[in-house]
Amino acid sequence: MPNPKPAAAASKPKPPTQAARASRRRDSETGSHSVMDFGEDMFGGGKAQKPDDQLQLTDQELKEEFTRILTANNPHAPQNIVRYSFKDRQYKPIPQVDQLAVHFVMEGNLIHRESDEAKKQLEKKSGDAAREPIDEAAEASEGEAPPKEEGDEDAPAPAASGKKLTNQFNFCERATQTYNNPLRERENQTEPPPRVNFSQTANQWIIFDAYQADFEKNQEKGKEKKGGGAGKGAEEKARKRLTVMDTQADDLAKIEHAVKMLERMVNQNSFDEIAQDFKYWEDPSDEFRDQQGTLLPLWKFGYEKARKLAVTSITWSPKYHDLFAIAYGSYDFMKQTRGLLCFYSLKNPSHPEYVFETDSAVLTAALHPEYPHMLCAGLYDGSVAVYSAVQKKRGPLYQSSARTGKHTDPVWQVCWAKDDLDNNMNFYSTSSDGRVTSWTLIKNDLVSQDVIKLELEGGPVEGPDGIKLENLASGTTFDFHREASHLFLVGTEEGKVFKCSTAYSSQYLQTYDAHHMAVYKVTWNPFHPSIFMTCSADWTVKIWDHNKTEPVFVFDLNSPVGDAAWSPYSSTVFAAVTADGKVHVFDLNINKYEALCEQVVAQKKKAKLTHIDFNPKHPILIVGDDRGHISSLKLSPNLRKLPKEKKGAAQPGPQAQVEKLDKILTMVG
Amino acid sequence: MAEEGEKKAEESRRVHTYPLVRYSDMNEEMRTEAMELCVTACEKFASNNESAARMIKDSMDKKFGPAWHAVVGEGYGFEITHELKNLMYMFFGGNMAIILWKCA
Repeated sequence: MPNPKPAAAASKPKPPTQAARASRRRDSETGSHSVMDFGEDMFGGGKAQKPDDQLQLTDQELKEEFTRILTANNPHAPQNIVRYSFKDRQYKPIPQVDQLAVHFVMEGNLIHRESDEAKKQLEKKSGDAAREPIDEAAEASEGEAPPKEEGDEDAPAPAASGKKLTNQFNFCERATQTYNNPLRERENQTEPPPRVNFSQTANQWIIFDAYQADFEKNQEKGKEKKGGGAGKGAEEKARKRLTVMDTQADDLAKIEHAVKMLERMVNQNSFDEIAQDFKYWEDPSDEFRDQQGTLLPLWKFGYEKARKLAVTSITWSPKYHDLFAIAYGSYDFMKQTRGLLCFYSLKNPSHPEYVFETDSAVLTAALHPEYPHMLCAGLYDGSVAVYSAVQKKRGPLYQSSARTGKHTDPVWQVCWAKDDLDNNMNFYSTSSDGRVTSWTLIKNDLVSQDVIKLELEGGPVEGPDGIKLENLASGTTFDFHREASHLFLVGTEEGKVFKCSTAYSSQYLQTYDAHHMAVYKVTWNPFHPSIFMTCSADWTVKIWDHNKTEPVFVFDLNSPVGDAAWSPYSSTVFAAVTADGKVHVFDLNINKYEALCEQVVAQKKKAKLTHIDFNPKHPILIVGDDRGHISSLKLSPNLRKLPKEKKGAAQPGPQAQVEKLDKILTMVG
Repeated sequence: MAEEGEKKAEESRRVHTYPLVRYSDMNEEMRTEAMELCVTACEKFASNNESAARMIKDSMDKKFGPAWHAVVGEGYGFEITHELKNLMYMFFGGNMAIILWKCA
């Protein structure tokens, strides 16, 4: 021991102390920790625990003192080691000898709180919260991994992850897959074009025969052509033209009939209630009323093109009891419009059956009693025109022109007359120009002949420069006598009514000072041969015996009377329409002073009723107003009472009707 | 009487050369065109039926779409399958039979 001392003396202060310190430190580190831990354990236990194999010593032994000096020198260390020094070229003893002797080493599982490893672990545990600072730290320590961070911005992670200890067993995988559109297959196969087999044989004699046959056929044809060439050609031409016409006809024409039928069926359904009323409804309240009656509104007829046009004439078809013709025009002098002629059927209120348009307003129309499709019309421009319901042509079949002597003022009324001796159809017209004219349809022409000029009393008037001006009355209405076909009445704008005959063209049979204003209608009684009725703008309806100059009855209706009509079923019943929108129905047999029914039927306020007509068969009326509305009205039972048959009265026919009226007349007169 | 018969025989012996369409289900327009084409081809290649047939076939292919077939000859028999409305069988020149049809 003394030997090595001097040798080690020179370098003694450093190595031994270092080594000793180090060892001490390690001891203190590990030892203190373990001691602390144990201590805590021991104190926690509260009792001194002794291992079983510990020496059992008495107190004396324990108190015995052992003195021992501890030195830092390793007693087992060699003290005489020499090594060859190349520098000095000799062996030299090595002064420094390792004094350290390790007796026991054990790796502990405890770490000091402030050691690097502990710090790392703490960082890791602190988790997400601490992650960012670490990242920053990682970035701060760029120098450690400069190559990776260069130009690869996305990868600061490797550097960071190098520090972060990842748990290999705790990860989640994320992935998405895009949707694959399903595949579909579609196939189609077309039909192959149709094919046909064909077989024949060709050789010289077959060819020859074919030529022969064809040649003979041609020759025969040629002969035929020479024989009846012209006639056949014409026939063929006609046929061709026919086919052309057929093909030209619209496809719609083929289904026209079906469509018409269907339209009527639809209308029948939609207006079923009205149809039921028309057929069966009788106003039950009539029994409790004394004499009064009512009018039940049935169908209303309208047509788009006829809106705002005035109804200027209503005529029932003499043959078809559901068909009637309506003329549309305008009574307003300032607002003249186009005109319209429409045929309506009760079976189809929604649309007219036939429509004819005219350039000028239509003021009157009449259907031929024997040819119910023939319609003559008087126009505002003074012309008269003839249409046929079944015509294909658009315009009129006949129209008067200045050359054929048309009227120079509006034609106010037209009326068919009996066919003349040559069976040509003819009709009469009256106009504001003071003429009553007869028109005859001869082939394609209208031939006119003035029947009478309505000269006023006083004859021609002296005009300026010595010209004589004819002083003519403006005819507004006329009616031929039912039996004496030469006899007719003409109503004028001046209020006078003339009884004329076709036999005298310059003389009146009688003049009635009928009204103070324009006469709108003159009409003979359908039963009684001497009775006629007039109505006028002076608010009155008058009934006359044509043999007397004074009226038999006068009714004041408090408004201009646009039209009046005798009923077809009774000689004493008539109806009149007024400008205040009312229909008045009278039966002289029941009440000679007041109307049995006075009812407002105008569809709109302020609409003036212009015309009225009785259906020849059914108990209904048609009423038109100045806005183009047409209404059909059913007469209640009180309005169509027929006279009671008295004790087997001989004839309930027309004669009875005449007698009935006669009786009333005698009462009055 | 004898004279008349002779005259008739003479007439019948006369050779007809006009084109005679024996059978055709083509429409009017096509038939006229095809017939005129056949006449032109046969006149052009009077001594070479093959060339005439080729000309007819090629022209029809061009005008009405492909797969036309034509046979030109003086004596032959045939059984063919054709597309409807695309067949013409005609005689020409008194001794030539031409069958023209389309079948794709």
